[in-house]
Amino acid sequence: MNELPQQLVNGLLLGAMYGLVAIGYTMVYGIVQLINFAHGEIFMIGGFGALTVYLYVLPDGTTMWVALPLMLVGAVIAAVLVAVGAERFAYRPLRTAPRLAPLITAIGLSLALQQAVWAWYPGAKESINFPEIPGGPFEIGSVTIQTGDIFLFVAAPVSMAILAYFVMKTRTGRGMQATAQDPDTAKLMGINTDRIIVVAFALGALFAAVGAVAYGLKYGQVQFRMGFILGLKAFTAAVLGGIGNIYGAMLGGLVLGLAETMATAYIADVPGFDLLGGQSWANVWAFVLLILVLLVRPQGLLGERVADRA
Amino acid sequence: MRQRSLITITAALAAGALTLTACGSRDDDGGSDSGSGGTKVVIGVDAPLTGDLSALGLGIKNSVDLAAKTANKQKLVDGVTFEIKALDDQAQPSSGQANASTFVSDDKVLGVVGPLNSSVAESMQKVFDDAKLVEISPANTGPALTQGVDWQTKKVRTYKSYFRTATTDAIQGPFAAQYVYNDAKKKKVFVIDDKKTYGAGLAATFTDEFKKIGGKVVGTDHIDPDTKDFSAVATKVKNSGADVVYYGGEYPQAGPLSKQIKAAGAKIPLVGGDGIYDPTFIELAGANSAGDLATSVGAPVETLDSAKQFVADYKKAGYKEEYAAYGGYSYDAAWAIIQAVKKVVDDNGGKLPSDARAKITAATQNVSFDGVTGKVSFDEFGDATNKQLTVYAVENGAWKAVKSGTYTG
Repeated sequence: MNELPQQLVNGLLLGAMYGLVAIGYTMVYGIVQLINFAHGEIFMIGGFGALTVYLYVLPDGTTMWVALPLMLVGAVIAAVLVAVGAERFAYRPLRTAPRLAPLITAIGLSLALQQAVWAWYPGAKESINFPEIPGGPFEIGSVTIQTGDIFLFVAAPVSMAILAYFVMKTRTGRGMQATAQDPDTAKLMGINTDRIIVVAFALGALFAAVGAVAYGLKYGQVQFRMGFILGLKAFTAAVLGGIGNIYGAMLGGLVLGLAETMATAYIADVPGFDLLGGQSWANVWAFVLLILVLLVRPQGLLGERVADRA
Repeated sequence: MRQRSLITITAALAAGALTLTACGSRDDDGGSDSGSGGTKVVIGVDAPLTGDLSALGLGIKNSVDLAAKTANKQKLVDGVTFEIKALDDQAQPSSGQANASTFVSDDKVLGVVGPLNSSVAESMQKVFDDAKLVEISPANTGPALTQGVDWQTKKVRTYKSYFRTATTDAIQGPFAAQYVYNDAKKKKVFVIDDKKTYGAGLAATFTDEFKKIGGKVVGTDHIDPDTKDFSAVATKVKNSGADVVYYGGEYPQAGPLSKQIKAAGAKIPLVGGDGIYDPTFIELAGANSAGDLATSVGAPVETLDSAKQFVADYKKAGYKEEYAAYGGYSYDAAWAIIQAVKKVVDDNGGKLPSDARAKITAATQNVSFDGVTGKVSFDEFGDATNKQLTVYAVENGAWKAVKSGTYTG
């Protein structure tokens, strides 16, 4: 049987999830030049927000058609609250500090959020099962698609379309573009940059929350560590696509997801590479790809070459 | 405000004092027991008492405690009272090594039961061996621990003070291979492991035997235990035409792997070793895990006649936690140390000799008794001579024993 279409779908799905999380990295970086290393944990908080709604808010036996939208709302509320809180109390006080200071805060915040969930969320010391969408897998030709994956297939392009509309067409969106270009001039033009920054954090958290629900549906479980590796991958995707560019984040995610899947599936078949194939090497190939792209295009796939700000 | 803090401090002091008295009174109890004889012998216990694997660790601790109490009640060794001292290794090699040093420095400790993890054992063996202090693990299955790193070609025992009551992966892998080929009638296997000492070793011994008896390996892969996305591997499994998957590794990855393989459309069972024999595996693998198989050391304790007394005593002793997968083996490990102490004391005219540790280690090599898990004795490498294993299958959301037996070449 031809395996390629299925592996392409696997890669696109993984990549779409990276892309959703990468948007948060790229927007925050684009506006405040901060690599928010706690973003992976905001993703994780989104997963637990959705789980909380399912376990503790909704009555037992609620159908997924009702539960899923409410879980999505719960995920978004939890993630946005934490992201905005982090911006207000962890990053804003350091806005004028050297760039290394907020970076260190971000790493500290990342650990703190992980440990808080580990310590205080009931049952979070091990993986917690996430509800599943009932219904069998769908077969399209030789490709099998899980019900849980359909959510991701729909959510990723819809999220991108909404984001593109927001950034291009709304006042706040144009304010974001202006602030990203030059925060001081934007301020002089009457743009409330503080508000714009909060919006950037909140939007990033929103997409991470959508990604977290997709993660839960896809893998059937959430755990306090889920944001660490995935956050790192999403950051890589953002850099690969050109950090600061929201389309780049999605493209970078897709390329990274496809590269990992293809490496897992086919590298071992290449003569001489049989020992370097397999899933345990997927990360290696992902980073080899990143290095190769950055050697040729240091600004990333869709990034623009910008002069260093003095 | 001032008054309040005063109250707090007083309360804390009172609580502290009460705790201390409680400790004291327990010591006094021990003292009055030993009043009849005089000598106190401490059996160390090293296991993960907190964290993910604590259910297994606490079962080990309680079972050793039960063995010590039983020996005291029976006045098995005249003039000697047994006590346990349990330390937590959190499944970390570094903690295990620190605990080993603690045991060695306490000269009342004449034997140690533990640890749970083979990687932890690796870090402890030398510390114990230098002190000639006997260590008996109820749960380690890595063959290299007793037979040296080149165990497949040339078996060499590295540490004379290390023993185990559990059997090894050199037996577990082939046993699984024979069951899968002969009983489950699966001929084409896809082998996956996590590249760690335990997983890769187990997968290798399984593969060798499966090929030898005529099975076909249609694909192999190694997974990264840090990721959750096994979809690419699952697709490979589906397209390989395998009718069974063997996984060398532990349940946190095995569960999701089984789930994703079935989701990809390959309705074939996943088989693993004692690392996946845990209720959590079934939880993670979901409803489609019915029919997945695991091998584990020994026979299920409940089914053995020799274990009835142990199960009854354990219940009567009122421990909060279950004896779990390794309880019977832990009891037997402690009992082997107790038997060795008895031998040494008897040979020395009823007293502990000055070089008790070395003598007890030597005596452990020759112990032989009917334990909870069957006949307990050790071969020239320190491995249990009891090579029994059991195959378990997932049925109605729980592990159920389907076949016990021993692997014979």
